[in-house]
Amino acid sequence: MSFLEVTLSLSKGFLITLQIFGVTLLCSIPLGLVLSFGSMSKFAPFKSLLGHSKHPFLKAVANFRPISFITKLFIWIIRGTPLMIQVILVFYGPGLIFGMKAIPRITAVLIAFIINYSCYFSEIYRGGIESIPRGQYEAGQVLGMTKTQIFFKIVLFQVVKRIVAPMGNEIITLVKDTSLARVIMVVELVQAAQNIVAQKAIIWPLFYIAVFYLLFSGLLTILLNLAEKKLGYYSG
Amino acid sequence: MAFLEVKNIYKSFGKTEVLKGIDFTLEKGEVLAIIGSSGSGKTTLLRCINFLERPDIGTFTIDGEEIFNAEDKQYTDKQVREKRLHFGMVFQQFNLFPQYTVLKNVTLAQELMRINGSEKKLTGYEKNEIRKEIEDNSLKLLDMVGLSDKVGNYPCELSGGQQQRVAIARALGMKPDILCFDEPTSALDPELTGEVLRVIRELKTSDRTMIVVTHEMNFARSVADKVIYMADGVIEEMGTPEDVFLNPTSEKTKAFLAKSLERPAE
Repeated sequence: MSFLEVTLSLSKGFLITLQIFGVTLLCSIPLGLVLSFGSMSKFAPFKSLLGHSKHPFLKAVANFRPISFITKLFIWIIRGTPLMIQVILVFYGPGLIFGMKAIPRITAVLIAFIINYSCYFSEIYRGGIESIPRGQYEAGQVLGMTKTQIFFKIVLFQVVKRIVAPMGNEIITLVKDTSLARVIMVVELVQAAQNIVAQKAIIWPLFYIAVFYLLFSGLLTILLNLAEKKLGYYSG
Repeated sequence: MAFLEVKNIYKSFGKTEVLKGIDFTLEKGEVLAIIGSSGSGKTTLLRCINFLERPDIGTFTIDGEEIFNAEDKQYTDKQVREKRLHFGMVFQQFNLFPQYTVLKNVTLAQELMRINGSEKKLTGYEKNEIRKEIEDNSLKLLDMVGLSDKVGNYPCELSGGQQQRVAIARALGMKPDILCFDEPTSALDPELTGEVLRVIRELKTSDRTMIVVTHEMNFARSVADKVIYMADGVIEEMGTPEDVFLNPTSEKTKAFLAKSLERPAE
């Protein structure tokens, strides 16, 4: 098998890798924001009922924030278990548990990846949002802005500037995490290489794919640096 | 009836009582200076008036209209927004929006209120007209605080004194009835306090009602029509600058003034 043939065959796998990467990123970025709102939610339904009680248990109930609790529990489970198992669970789980028809393999991969990355992103957002000084909110408030206006017109942009570096980290990790899709036989880049290794009894394509990853993450690094530079027009 | 009437304000944070019954009135066009040592409740009082904290007890009225009553149930966000626009607030730390230019810092809230918050649907032409009007008005305000040449700069490119003057223009843009200053020069280097105090002094001549929490005794003495000295959450002394600075009656006030005024003259 010639170098060109191998390259061509690997490129097909790389397209799948790109698809997983792109769709995951596109969906997780907004979904992560929603999850971060969930984990920061101050909604406490029993507060008005039990807010003045002295008993420690009732006090705990009064301060219970169900939305925040459930979101944090969910994030803990997703971040605390391997992505590989999540992919397997999304693909086989519905069939095994509910006897449902199997969903396409790539769909299962995308669902697992989007959920997993949303959780990681949400924690980065939360850190960014909580790092914005209270004075920014108060300045908006005394100028008569609504909560939504304060968030979208004042806070969000400053958050984006602060989280470019940690987000870049996760985005680069995602490039390589896509290789986990092969646990349910999705032929992405690594699986494509392994197929060649198995069929043609040559080992070098497995090393050759590293170049694909390296070049792609290099391109992303350049883009991220550009973004950082663009946002660097002000300090603070 | 006085323009602003503040009655019987109490505020606690947990077990700490910060304000223990504050009463005062202010006439239109008057400048009130609030002095006192740190922790006496000055800033909390200002924050209560601006709806950044909710007093536990008390009321305040502007021009006879009741703006706040602690017995009312929690106001909706919309009610709070309308009520607090009677007041403008200038913070100790400026709190400018770093990502916007000086001009945008001043125009943003006005645009959000008049264009996004408009009751009726505006045509593109009307929106442009309003934007133009807001921009003209904001440029005038920036000129008034002496920053015509900085309108296109970002806050990080300005000195602290310049940033605070932008914050003053930004607050004035919303046309508040009463402008509040929370230690406007405390975060500034000594050589920059003068320019900010000068702007506040000039505002007085244009007949604005202001409340200034300050540590600048000379400024309070020369600019204020009325001075309040606060200690431990109560008004210890209140009166004209002459009353408070030259003929204080309370021992606490005397001790505080002796300490504050022994600093070298500025």
